[in-house]
This record gives sequence, C-alpha cells and structure tokens, in this order.
Amino acid sequence: MRTTRWSRLALAAVGWAAALIIFFPILWMFLTSFKTEITAVATPPAVLFRPTLENYAAVLRRADYVQFALNSVVVSLGATLLALALAIPAAYAMAFFPTRRTKDILLWMLSTRMLPAVGVLVPIYLLWRTFGLLDTRIGLVLIDSVSVLPIVVWMLFSYFREVPPQILEASRMDGASQREELLFVLLPLSTPGIAATALLSIILCWNEAFWSLNLTTVKAATLTAFTASFADPEGLFWAKLSAASTLAIAPVLIFGWVSQRQLVRGLSFGAVK
Amino acid sequence: MSTAAAPLVRRHGPRTKPLLAPAVSALLVWMVVPLAMTLWFSLQHYNLLSPGKRAFAGFYNYRYLLTGRALWVAMGNTLLLVGLVLAITLALGTLLASLLDREFPGRNICRLLVIAPFFMMPTVSALIWKNMLMNPVFGMFAWITRSLGLGTVDFFGSMPLAAIVVIVAWEWTPFAVLILLPALQSLNPELREAARLDGAGPVALFRHIELPHLLRPMAVVAMIETIFFLSLFAEIYVTTGGGPGLASTNLAYLIFRDALFDWDVGGASAGGVFAIVLANIVALFLMRIVGRNLEDLP
Repeated sequence: MRTTRWSRLALAAVGWAAALIIFFPILWMFLTSFKTEITAVATPPAVLFRPTLENYAAVLRRADYVQFALNSVVVSLGATLLALALAIPAAYAMAFFPTRRTKDILLWMLSTRMLPAVGVLVPIYLLWRTFGLLDTRIGLVLIDSVSVLPIVVWMLFSYFREVPPQILEASRMDGASQREELLFVLLPLSTPGIAATALLSIILCWNEAFWSLNLTTVKAATLTAFTASFADPEGLFWAKLSAASTLAIAPVLIFGWVSQRQLVRGLSFGAVK
Repeated sequence: MSTAAAPLVRRHGPRTKPLLAPAVSALLVWMVVPLAMTLWFSLQHYNLLSPGKRAFAGFYNYRYLLTGRALWVAMGNTLLLVGLVLAITLALGTLLASLLDREFPGRNICRLLVIAPFFMMPTVSALIWKNMLMNPVFGMFAWITRSLGLGTVDFFGSMPLAAIVVIVAWEWTPFAVLILLPALQSLNPELREAARLDGAGPVALFRHIELPHLLRPMAVVAMIETIFFLSLFAEIYVTTGGGPGLASTNLAYLIFRDALFDWDVGGASAGGVFAIVLANIVALFLMRIVGRNLEDLP
C-alpha cells in the first residue's frame, strides 16, 4: 500500500477539515474578542471586520478582573507547590524503596480521586464555614492540592522510576544523607519530570470549577468563577465574554500545547509510556 | 529490578514511613472526615435555614429521596450523560487518533488544534457554545439552519441534555486523542509492516492490529472520563441550571441545589451518599485495570 500523492492530499484535506471543525469554537471566540458588541451578534456572522482592542481594555480596566486573575495564579501555584511538597517524598520512597504495600498505597491514593466532589460538598462547605476558609485563597489551595495530589504522586512516581537507582546508591556510598540524596541528586536529575508534573497540576487547578464556584464568592473567586458570571442573561456581552475568556484560557492552552507529550504520561496512569 | 532493589528494601524499609506520612495523612483526612460527616448528616433532619430544628432522622432522608421523582430523574440523566459522552468521545477519539497517526502535511499543527479544547475552562467552553454557537437568535447554528431554510432550534429549551452532551463531548474528545494518539504511535511499526505484507487492508489493520493495542489505553480513558462525568457540574451550572424542570439535572447538580439553594444539609448528604456509591462501583473497575499497569512492583 504505497501512499500516492493524491491519497496523501485527500488525507491532508480530511485531517485539516476535522482539526478546523474542532478548533472552530475557540477560533470564533478569539475573533469575536476583537469585534464590537454589535458586530459580535451580527447576522450573518461577521467574518471581515475592523478589529478593536476595546474589549480587552474594558476587561482589564475592571479592577476585579486583575484580582480574579491573581487569585487564579495564586491558587494554582500554591496548590501545586503544596501538592509537590507532599508528593515528592512519597513518590521518592515508593519509587526507590518499594515494599509489598507500595502498590496498594498507590491504588488507594488514586481511589481518593474517585470520591465525587459533590458527595462531600456539604461537609466541606460547613467545615470551611466553621474555620473561616470560605472565600479565601487558602481554603481553595487546600482543597485543590489534595484533589491533585494523587495524580501528582503517580506522575512523579513514574518519572522517578526512570532514574537508575545506582546513581542514588553511589551518592549514598559517598555518605549523602537521605535528605541530601533527595534534594541534591534526585531532584536535579528529574527536573523535566517534575516540571511536567507541576504543569499538569497547574492546568488542573487553573480550570477547576466545582470548588471555586461553590466555595468562593468575591474575594477569592478565580477566573473560572469570573467567566461563569457571564452566564447571567442580563445582556449580550459576547465580545467582552470572548476577550475575558481568551485571556483566561491563553496561558493554560499554551502550557498544554508545549507539554502535551509529557502530560499524557500523567493522565494515562501507566497505560501509555 | 526487584532483585536489585531487594537489599535496599531491607536496609531502608523503616525509613520510608516519615516520607510517606504527609501525603498519606493528607489524603486520609481528606477522605475520612468529609465522608464520615456526609454519612452522619444524611441521617439527620438538618436545614441551615432552621438550625434549631436539628434532630436524628434515621433513614428519612433516604426514604424521601428514593420515593421522590428527582433522584431517579437525576440518576437517569447522570447515566445517560456518562454513557453518551463516553461513546462519542471514544469513537471520535479513536477515529481522530488514527487519522492523525498518518503522515500528511501539517499533521502536527492539526494535532495541536484537535487537543486544544481539553485545556479550556469548562465554564468558558460551555458559555462559548451556549452563546455564540447555540443561541437560537444570534448563534452560528441558528444562522446556518436558517440559511438552509430549516428554521431555528432552541437547543437548551427543547433538548437541554443533548446540548450538554455535545459540549462535554467537544471538551473531552481531545482527551481521548491526547491519550490514544501516542498509544497508537508506540505500536511497533514492524508489526504493521508485517500485516501489510500479509495483505491486510486499512480496515483489517485497524481491526486486528491497532484496536487490540488500544484497548488498555481506551479503558483508562473511559474510566477517567467516567470519574469526571459522574460529577459534571460547571457545564450545567452556566447553561441550563438543570432545567427546564429537571430535564438536565444530574446527581451533582441535584445535590448542589439541595445544599446551596435549599440549605437542606440532610437531604443533600443523602444524595451525596448515592453519588459516592455510584462512583465507587465505577472505581472498582478502574482500580483493576490500572493495577495491571503496576505489575512490575513487588
């Protein structure tokens, strides 16, 4: 079955058509963000128009937008750092000193991820209210970090397993303590893996919607909650919605594109190497 | 591997506990405390609007849910959502992965475009679809159907569940591609070449070589998606609000409504217990599949 020029061309046509159809809503959002509110709802849909940056200016002028964005940054970075701090020692222990219980622990950790958030909404809401964590960044950081923790442990575990144990043994022979071995030998060796894990965690926290919609209102609300506020049918602000959305998704989309190959490993739980 | 690691296990075995403790205890607290509270609340008459009237209720909340209509409708909607979106994302995802696995100009750009929706915020995706594509007056689809002389459809009014299925499938088909494409690319090229030399056409090649190789990653995709779909929330929250009536209310949305609209802690907790039981049935299968990926551990 030799691929001829024509079949290659047909394949390219089908491939590009499929890709463009799937990408269309995002492209349309991006284009709409440069329209005026009137061209945004024009029928037939305006394809050629004079682009304006007015919507971006309007979104950025809103003082609260900056705060929502800052909350998103703080919460996703904070939750990721906390999750990494908890997960790195655990993954190190399980990857280099596996015992008979290691497999059970890994599976148990993953099983906590399967606890549906909504099943514990009531107690978490009441606990957070009692401890004054409602609508705080700390409250969101805590919950986001435990919910990504299992995935972070798994992904780190699979990266650490690729580091030859002999290198760590050699450093131990040279008298390195366990802490030194972890900090000065393992971490530098697995920087790419840790970076990929951190990226996945940031992406998951950035897009997390359930808890930010239910546990925050004003002060700690993230961009997911901010964009959701456009759901109220009080008027057609599609151009501004598009501009706000473009700003909200751009960083994560770029992260995702750059690190797609590494992310697969964290998301496939060992099914794809 | 296990023979090389064996002496290490004995020498350092006890010292791994302090390393594991922080992560394990965080997850243990996260799992046990709210779970116990949910179970406890589910046995109580407890409404935040009348906090004085708190009392032990036995199985009242469960009986109330089980004899009412809402739980069953929500349960049905939940299963319908999960089943339909799973079927669509797996079928489309496999198709797209096998398309993108082939050599053609611009293939890598196409791959980036295809996986993009997975990185979108669920609230943004749902709003873009709801407003700019599915709005019955100004939406792109309305314009297309009107130009074809077909009239317009109010997607969220007349077929809310189907509209949500479409949105969620759009968000998650890229996830299937993200996992299945590298899985396909890890297939030994000699295997394909051999099959080709034996006269296998593209269909036979897919059926007998590619599909069997994809079964395990497909199972992982199905299970991860199921976890997310069982508690689908943001997409419903910003589009239909569960309506009209209960038409697009799933279990997650029902519990949310009971809890944060009606402030019925007891009833919402009983609903939560149903959600947890449902998720656990699914988790049981997932654990068995994922456990097989850990076979090289002691």
